[in-house]
Amino acid sequence: MAAADGQMSPAGLGEKAWHEIVQQTLKRNDIRLVPYVPDRVLTRLIKEIHADPFFTTFPTAREEEAVGIVSGAWMAGMRGAVLMQTSGFATLANVLASLAIPYQIPLIMFVSERGTLGEFNYGQSLVCRTMRPVLDSLAMEHHTATRLDEFEFIVDRSIKQAITTQAPVALILSPLLTGGKVFDK
Amino acid sequence: MSDAMNKSAARNTKVMNRFDLTSRLVARLKNEEAVVGGIGNTNFDLWAAGHRPQNFYMLGSMGLAFPIALGVALAQPNRRVFALEGDGSLLMQLGCLSTIATLKPKNLTMVVMDNGIYQITGAQPTPAAAATDLIAVAAGCGLTHSTWAADEEDFERLIDQSLTASEPMLIGVRIDDKPGTGTTRRDPVQIRERFMLGLGVREAL
Repeated sequence: MAAADGQMSPAGLGEKAWHEIVQQTLKRNDIRLVPYVPDRVLTRLIKEIHADPFFTTFPTAREEEAVGIVSGAWMAGMRGAVLMQTSGFATLANVLASLAIPYQIPLIMFVSERGTLGEFNYGQSLVCRTMRPVLDSLAMEHHTATRLDEFEFIVDRSIKQAITTQAPVALILSPLLTGGKVFDK
Repeated sequence: MSDAMNKSAARNTKVMNRFDLTSRLVARLKNEEAVVGGIGNTNFDLWAAGHRPQNFYMLGSMGLAFPIALGVALAQPNRRVFALEGDGSLLMQLGCLSTIATLKPKNLTMVVMDNGIYQITGAQPTPAAAATDLIAVAAGCGLTHSTWAADEEDFERLIDQSLTASEPMLIGVRIDDKPGTGTTRRDPVQIRERFMLGLGVREAL
């Protein structure tokens, strides 16, 4: 797998790859439950989380289903985070506005960003443009991670802020961080 | 409408009442079991059956009663968890049946209140009303312990069975077209905080 896919550690620097940072930061913050709807960019992260017995992780049929699951688990004392793609986030406005925000649930979302910086599917680029306006219209905390050197700080601090303020957060994984998905066929 | 007739014949179940069944369920809970009430009449009748600290009432997010209850069940495997959902709500999130069938939480019991209508919006029929057997759908998703309750007595028997079950159970009940008996107090933060207190996750301020 090419380094341009963002799936490998940067060669020779001894630095952690972005997906290793996600895995380790989730563990450090005792986030054990990780339901997801898969995405190509998230493949390595999903595989590693499955291989780590610390985590309870599984696919769901829809992103809002995963939001419901981590919301219930948090109320019962187990922390979770949801993994998804941009187009999956676009299905969440109702559950954010009627569950996560009004009930003050620290919903932690990792959104792998499709639709920009080399997108090849017009529909993906259009739906991507709805993401930040939806987050902003609900006054939700969100960050777009573009750099590996800032990434651990952003993830760790955002998780801690979500939990202590009981407010959702979306962490958008830019192709600048992950390599994104490139047109190959 | 021979299909619809076949469907009702296949069920061979009594038409019951949501509030009555919810009250019967709550009366059988002796061990601080969690109950998640789906949007609308389902949680209104849970509220009317008598508030318990282990009740969670959904004021939105239609279709997520089972997923929310699944999360509770995964977080607290030693607590029995019940989820009450309307047929129209379940139709919004049928995929969760496969998720639950795959994870097989032994402490989760789901109840589908099926009147074939969106009662709260004006009693319009659901797209499933004349054609779909939701228990057959659940069984097809892999929830092998899915069954219609024939009458109130059968419902109570199934609830008792679920209290010691080692696999998730789904109970379908045919209900009438009556609206909910009460109205849940619409205070989401208090609902959530009291639920967390009831589950032993929080201590009171």
